[in-house]
Amino acid sequence: MTLRVKALESLLVEKGLVDPAALDAIVDHYEHKVGPRNGARVVARAWVDPAYRARLLDDATAAIAELGYTGGQGAHMVVVENTPERHNLVVCTLCSCYPWPVLGLPPVWYKSAAYRSRSVIDPRGVIAEFGTDLPADIEVRVWDSTAEIRYLVLPERPDGTEGLDEAALAELVTRDSMIGTTRL
Amino acid sequence: MNGVHDMGGMQGLGRIIPEPEGSPFHGEWEARVHAMSVASPTRANIDAGRHQRELIPGAEYLAMTYYEKWFRGLSELLVLKGFLTPEELASGKAAPGSEKRTPHLMAAMVEPSLMRQGSYLRETAGAPMFAIGDQVKTRNLNPDGHTRLPRYARGRVGVIEAAHGAHVFPDSHAHGLGENPRRLYTVRFTARELWGGAANPRDSVSLDLWEPYLERA
Repeated sequence: MTLRVKALESLLVEKGLVDPAALDAIVDHYEHKVGPRNGARVVARAWVDPAYRARLLDDATAAIAELGYTGGQGAHMVVVENTPERHNLVVCTLCSCYPWPVLGLPPVWYKSAAYRSRSVIDPRGVIAEFGTDLPADIEVRVWDSTAEIRYLVLPERPDGTEGLDEAALAELVTRDSMIGTTRL
Repeated sequence: MNGVHDMGGMQGLGRIIPEPEGSPFHGEWEARVHAMSVASPTRANIDAGRHQRELIPGAEYLAMTYYEKWFRGLSELLVLKGFLTPEELASGKAAPGSEKRTPHLMAAMVEPSLMRQGSYLRETAGAPMFAIGDQVKTRNLNPDGHTRLPRYARGRVGVIEAAHGAHVFPDSHAHGLGENPRRLYTVRFTARELWGGAANPRDSVSLDLWEPYLERA
């Protein structure tokens, strides 16, 4: 693929259709400026600030923008909250919709046929494969991102973290817990 | 279209292979394909780009990696929309005397452009057909073009869980038929409605569905 991709890029540059420096800047953005650490900061803020958590659940797009996270694939955000009785799992069965501003670009498995096909019919099996056996009496809600709404799971704050500050809490938040394939 | 991309509920498509957090790209070429797709003038219609990947023949689609599909879709769309000729794509060289354009996304504009909070919400006339709490049934639609009503959720009864106003309707937009904004709802279906009596009675799947997909149940 490397040669074919290089050939297309040089053709597009020759035709004036793309600016190679713009391509460098786009790669830099998705490698370094967005990613799951953004989402982790949103989650940690919600854990320590009840008013922020309320705003996040009421209008996630605006609450996330308060922390400076905006942009494509995040214009219509919805945050879904895990509780002791309810677990949320996010998928895009048709392709790969994912909240880029807060999670960055999706991991390969999120875009894989295996995950896209199974998450809606066997969410408990998928979550078990990621290492969590959910009790049958916990409700599982799956969100299939079929439009421009992008979903972020707000995991539960782990027990025994009362003494941690916001930055330390953010370190505990994993990408997979914000997709819903794991619980913290 | 009933393509293999519409795979929700299928079984036997392999194992899920977990991956640690890290660079989203596996090789420089993936990063360049991603960047070219974002910077390409064809990006102005993201739904057409999505549909182009769905048009990859099913057996090939299942065998390709994600960014191989993006590369294929981008190459085909550039020709389809008249930005490249098939000869240029095959040879990798601009046709002699062909026009040199000015890229619409220059490096200095990348950050503001990627951070811009675009919106798919649009004004539309008329009152919404459904309200939160209404029971609805999805229509049994099998269009040969782009749609966001997956096969596994057709002809099923669910409940309106949220109303999002009117959004760009991809079924029209993907085909260059304009934005045709229609009301968008989150509809929740019980796992038992979708998958039968063996499913956990507590579980559900919610999908974002446009009004033309729905009728009163």
